[in-house]
Amino acid sequence: MALVAFKKQPDKTSKQPSVERRSVYTTKDCNLWYGNHHALKNINLDMKEREVTAIIGPSGCGKSTYIKTLNRMVDLVPNVKTSGVIEYRGRNIFNKEFHVEELRTRVGMVFQKPNPFPKSIFENIAFGLRIHGIKNKKIIHETVEKSLRQAAIWDEVKDRIHEPAYGLSGGQQQRLCIARCLALEPDVLLMDEPTSALDPVSTLKVEELIRDLKEKYSIIIVTHNMQQASRISDKTAFFLNGEVVEYDDTYTIFNNPADNRTEDYITGRFG
Amino acid sequence: MKTNDKQNSPLKSLLEKKYKSGFLGRGEKVIPILLFLMAAVSVMTTAGIVITLIVETFTFFKEISLTEFLTAKEWYPFSESAASYGILPLFVGTLKITLIASLTAVPIGLAVAIYLSEYAPETVRKLMKPVLEVLAGVPTIVYGFFALTFVTPMLRTMFPSLEMFNAISPGIVVGMMIIPMIVSLSEDALSSVPDSMRHGALALGATKWEMTWRVAFPAALSGITASIVLAISRAIGETMIVSIAGGSTPTASLDLTASLQTMTSYIVQVSTGDAGFGTTIYYSIYAVGFTLFLFTLAMNMLAQRISRRFREEY
Ligand SMILES: Nc1ncnc2c1ncn2[C@@H]1O[C@H](COP(=O)(O)OP(=O)(O)OP(=O)(O)O)[C@@H](O)[C@H]1O
Ligand SMILES: [Mg+2]
Repeated sequence: MALVAFKKQPDKTSKQPSVERRSVYTTKDCNLWYGNHHALKNINLDMKEREVTAIIGPSGCGKSTYIKTLNRMVDLVPNVKTSGVIEYRGRNIFNKEFHVEELRTRVGMVFQKPNPFPKSIFENIAFGLRIHGIKNKKIIHETVEKSLRQAAIWDEVKDRIHEPAYGLSGGQQQRLCIARCLALEPDVLLMDEPTSALDPVSTLKVEELIRDLKEKYSIIIVTHNMQQASRISDKTAFFLNGEVVEYDDTYTIFNNPADNRTEDYITGRFG
Repeated sequence: MKTNDKQNSPLKSLLEKKYKSGFLGRGEKVIPILLFLMAAVSVMTTAGIVITLIVETFTFFKEISLTEFLTAKEWYPFSESAASYGILPLFVGTLKITLIASLTAVPIGLAVAIYLSEYAPETVRKLMKPVLEVLAGVPTIVYGFFALTFVTPMLRTMFPSLEMFNAISPGIVVGMMIIPMIVSLSEDALSSVPDSMRHGALALGATKWEMTWRVAFPAALSGITASIVLAISRAIGETMIVSIAGGSTPTASLDLTASLQTMTSYIVQVSTGDAGFGTTIYYSIYAVGFTLFLFTLAMNMLAQRISRRFREEY
């Protein structure tokens, strides 16, 4: 049985051993319970900066839970309990001194369904700046334009920047949401199935965008699309029933997985 | 073989029977007609009321000129010799009550709505909702006596110069009466803002208050505005509380501590008194009622305009 169409060869240039990438997220023995439901079990993962890490696994295995734990959005669910340590750049995110507002400003999140605010395109991007107290009109204008350009949507919206964001197509809305995160110049982007609600063309645009963004950002992306994971990610973590079965270079995961369950999953034999 | 299976299935034969009966869809034609008739009843009732109002108002204006009604500074219909029909004092009375009621109800109502939809734990929300519904169901005459026998004396111990009948006490109590309406409708508007928007804001590092104030509240603004305007319309039309605790002295003075009369309490005074049918005083209640009607109509139109202006589509 052939594995997923995998064109990418180990990329010699991007694997220069001389470039020592530092960790952005180090997860140590992390557990999470929704009430009595043990949703994450002893997760240990070390994610590097300026890499794209894909999280794959069957539905209900805890991918969203894990990625929402990384910026503590999971705290919004009542009766959530966690144990263990997740270090973001060396600081434990569960530590009381680490305010969630700071964490969530440094770590942007893009959701499965585009969720722009019911405001103009401009105000959607300016929102993050405004809540963080930036009033300078020039800076706001420049940042809005820069973020929209980075998210590859500027040309499509520059003539209608003061029109409601809900007039955009789904794919445009999703790129707007990415731009909204970029405006705060985050360190990490968390993306939970960012293209699952999009058509193939928009999906490719978002993927291209992700490839551009990894020059500057660390990206952690949940996806159900194996081709997508193989196309865009450097590392892949395979989750199953709340555990990490395997975590390795994407090339290895897709071509020479160590665990049978990983192979079964990516070849579509279950899940 | 397969087609045979299909034809012989009991469901299929039942459906066939229904097709053949020719009944399919016949009931459908009657439904819109029935619904239209129901709609027509309510439209016609409204039209009837408006027409009566207009006809009787015209009769009034045959005797009293529109200019006098609009410009005279006094409302003094009970004098045989020097009756004066200037709407201003009644208008000012209504305005004072409405203003005090809004100043009381809007901030409290919105605060409670925001608390219930964004902050309150589930248990508190479950407790508060029925309490508010009970509050909304209290007959206004009870509120009236509450104003006269509790709020006024209490205020008078604090401000001895306050008269027994005044604008402040009924104004506050009318405000209390409309709070549940503001809370309930605004809370509905806030809760119908999708959580995904809240999450979008929180994920950008917004605090809960920033998220509430800058995302949830604006997104719900058209519903919130509608709730406020509806509540204010009720305050304008409120009758019992002001009749009981506001007094019956039509005055254009802006003094809030003295007895006053609103448009509604004037109508009550005349309808419960002994003004004979066909007298000018009798017709004057229609003119006042018509003014009240225009007043609330204008409010509602204003509300629509405001809510369209502020609407944030999603
Ligand atoms: N808010 C919640 N309350 C209780 N249990 C939850 C909640 N959210 C998720 N779960 C449970 O936790 C487990 C992991 O859910 P999660 O959403 O992380 O899965 P997922 O891997 O993202 O799945 P999918 O691919 O379908 O999005 C599931 O069993 C789910 O039922
Ligand atoms: Mg998920």
